[in-house]
Amino acid sequence: MLAYVVRRLLYAIPILIGVNLLTFALFFVVNTPEDMARMQLGVKRVTPEAIEKWKAERGYDKPLFVNAAAGGVGVLTETIFFEKSARMFVGDFGRAEDGRDIAREIRTRMVPSLAIAVPTFALGLFVTVSFALLLAFFRATPLDFWGVVLCVAMMSISGLFYIIGGQYLFAKIFRLVPISGFGEGLDTLRFLVLPVLIGVVSGIGSSTRWYRTIFLEEINRDYVRTARAKGLAETAVMFGHVLRNALIPILTGVVVVIPLLFMGSLLTESFFGIPGLGSYTIDAISAQDFAVVRAMVFIGSVLYIVGLILTDISYTLVDPRIRFG
Amino acid sequence: MQPVLLWSDLFIWLLVAAGVVGAWWSARQPLLAAAWARVGRSRPGMAAATLLAAFALIGLLDSLHYRPQLPAQPGEKPAYAVEVLSALDALLTPLRTRVEKTYSAPLATRAYAKEMIELRQTDGTLVNQRDFPRLRHGGASLGDDEARAGADIAGRALSALAFAALVWLALCALAARRVAGRAALGFGAAWRKLWRGDTAFAWDAVLVALGLILAVAAVFVGLAVEYHVLGTDKVGQDVLYQVLKSVRTALVIGLVTTLVTLPLAIFLGIVAGYFRGWADDLIQYLYTVLNSIPGVLLIAAAVLMMQVVIDTHPQWFATAAERADLRLLALCFILGLTSWTGLARLLRGEALKLRELEYVQAAQAFGVSDLRILGRHLLPNLMHIVIIALVMDFSGLVLAEAVLSYVGIGVDPTMISFGTMINNARMELGREPVVWWSLLAAFAFMFVLVLAANLLADAVRDAFDPRMA
Repeated sequence: MLAYVVRRLLYAIPILIGVNLLTFALFFVVNTPEDMARMQLGVKRVTPEAIEKWKAERGYDKPLFVNAAAGGVGVLTETIFFEKSARMFVGDFGRAEDGRDIAREIRTRMVPSLAIAVPTFALGLFVTVSFALLLAFFRATPLDFWGVVLCVAMMSISGLFYIIGGQYLFAKIFRLVPISGFGEGLDTLRFLVLPVLIGVVSGIGSSTRWYRTIFLEEINRDYVRTARAKGLAETAVMFGHVLRNALIPILTGVVVVIPLLFMGSLLTESFFGIPGLGSYTIDAISAQDFAVVRAMVFIGSVLYIVGLILTDISYTLVDPRIRFG
Repeated sequence: MQPVLLWSDLFIWLLVAAGVVGAWWSARQPLLAAAWARVGRSRPGMAAATLLAAFALIGLLDSLHYRPQLPAQPGEKPAYAVEVLSALDALLTPLRTRVEKTYSAPLATRAYAKEMIELRQTDGTLVNQRDFPRLRHGGASLGDDEARAGADIAGRALSALAFAALVWLALCALAARRVAGRAALGFGAAWRKLWRGDTAFAWDAVLVALGLILAVAAVFVGLAVEYHVLGTDKVGQDVLYQVLKSVRTALVIGLVTTLVTLPLAIFLGIVAGYFRGWADDLIQYLYTVLNSIPGVLLIAAAVLMMQVVIDTHPQWFATAAERADLRLLALCFILGLTSWTGLARLLRGEALKLRELEYVQAAQAFGVSDLRILGRHLLPNLMHIVIIALVMDFSGLVLAEAVLSYVGIGVDPTMISFGTMINNARMELGREPVVWWSLLAAFAFMFVLVLAANLLADAVRDAFDPRMA
């Protein structure tokens, strides 16, 4: 098991290097730092001096890969690639346009993101699995049919509609919760209720349908027929056998997103004014803060790869048939 | 007028051509033809297909672009406007040109906001008063007799509905005649057979869907000649016009993207699965790297970089429409480049299985070349996965466009799309009284389009997936 985890971790390194090279190529080769400077400073009437100053302030005035002018190790370290891309591996993301340290910003903004994402994830999983189990229990009845119809309709609604509609209805018309913002301590709860509920509701459609097919596949297995033949009640079959076995694909399919919860949700956070990583990313995109976007791309892929490794480990934990050497 | 072929038009018409060739080809493949016949039997699937056909018609009309000729003196060389219009614009000229000052509610005769206006009193003097001004075009034919608006609207809607009902009955009769001809029945027997849902093709679903489309379209047309059916937006543009224009953007995003996705996914997926070895390792590495970057962030990074390219090379684009069009295409390419990985992985897994089957091994033993095996033996047996993925992706892409446009990395802000409509309208919910029509119209049309796509996707998946049969 340990050897397997170590091997998977080692396998992650070339992938991270690939991600790093890809983002580097996207940000520095497709466009030169001159282009970026011109974009930031305004395209027309910008002096070469201003561009040089902009580049020097951000350390973009060095060569891309090889700095022949610098001596010793500096040939490789005094370059844009080393300073902007390679240093990400040790958690140094540089500074944002407003001069703040990105790594520090990420640490403080992680908390609000998690405060929204974790309850949404846990509650959403519980609601959708229960709903799917209900539909599978009443399979081939009108309840199942209309449940599926509801799911298809719900997954056809834009995520923006859930947020805008929910905010309008519950915050503006009924005035049950504040429209947006984030507080301290217990006060935070008031701000969290609506985004979490909207997050859960908007996920119901597609997840329920997916889980329902998993349950139905499981119901047609031989061991279920055996259980019924033994004379077990339908509820005992559903909870004792079908649910337990169907949880294997559901859990392993879900584990991969757990690390990504750190990243927060782009839409929810920006609509509800939550100072998390999602709104940080959105602000960076609209302000064209390339350093922040680059950092978020890197962190996102690290978390995704962690999720993949966790998925593989969770297979061995929940499914005794699988053993990794 | 001078025809203009935008790049996205080219891709759309290429897609239409590909669709026609694909339909012709699959009609001659017994297995595919049988699967499509199963789709034709599905009621929700066929109703959805009818709706999608209506959307496609709007989108195609909107893809025939031209530059209108400017009025010129006789003997002068003809000059053309800078503005690029489409056949749809020409059809909707009254909607496009009848612009109000600012917001007005659906079917309103007066504007949304009060203004200082001159009122003529009964004794003939002019008085300045703050009131809701009359709209320039909404209900203009009523004159001063605004109280008649309700009756006028009801009358127009009813006569439009009556007209739609006549057309619909004629279409039903045509369908019944076709059923009668096929089954060698009398007209009455065919009519009953059709409505019992006893036909091999789900005629009843198609006709019900057609009836709904005709009713809505007729009411919209009947009222749009006189009123703003869905109201007007901040700059006074008709919301119905914007919604209809958004359809093309959504279709381009949903379809042209797959034009990028399919070749990449098919080629790389099959090659990885069939050849294994270093090709497999390399391709797997490639898609794991692409996959591990969260989608929105990768798209954001790519779109930001594309913006830099566009902004630093203004000389590439002759008109604003051209720039917006190329930006839309670039967005499709970026979406395609980031979303081929899922399908490629599916195809690789399937190709791994197929290469071990006897018929492939027999072909190898006969000395058939690898390329021929890929093209003649593997590809046709993977087509069902490709078709399922194609229809399943469409709805996701349409929804993604709205989100991306909201984040600011979607289509050009000057291009009318569901995303830009929602983005412009969402702040209006804060007004008092609420301006809801723009937002609701965009969401409703998007919902119908995506729901139809989802229903068709389900029907196609049920018909093509061998595990379902």
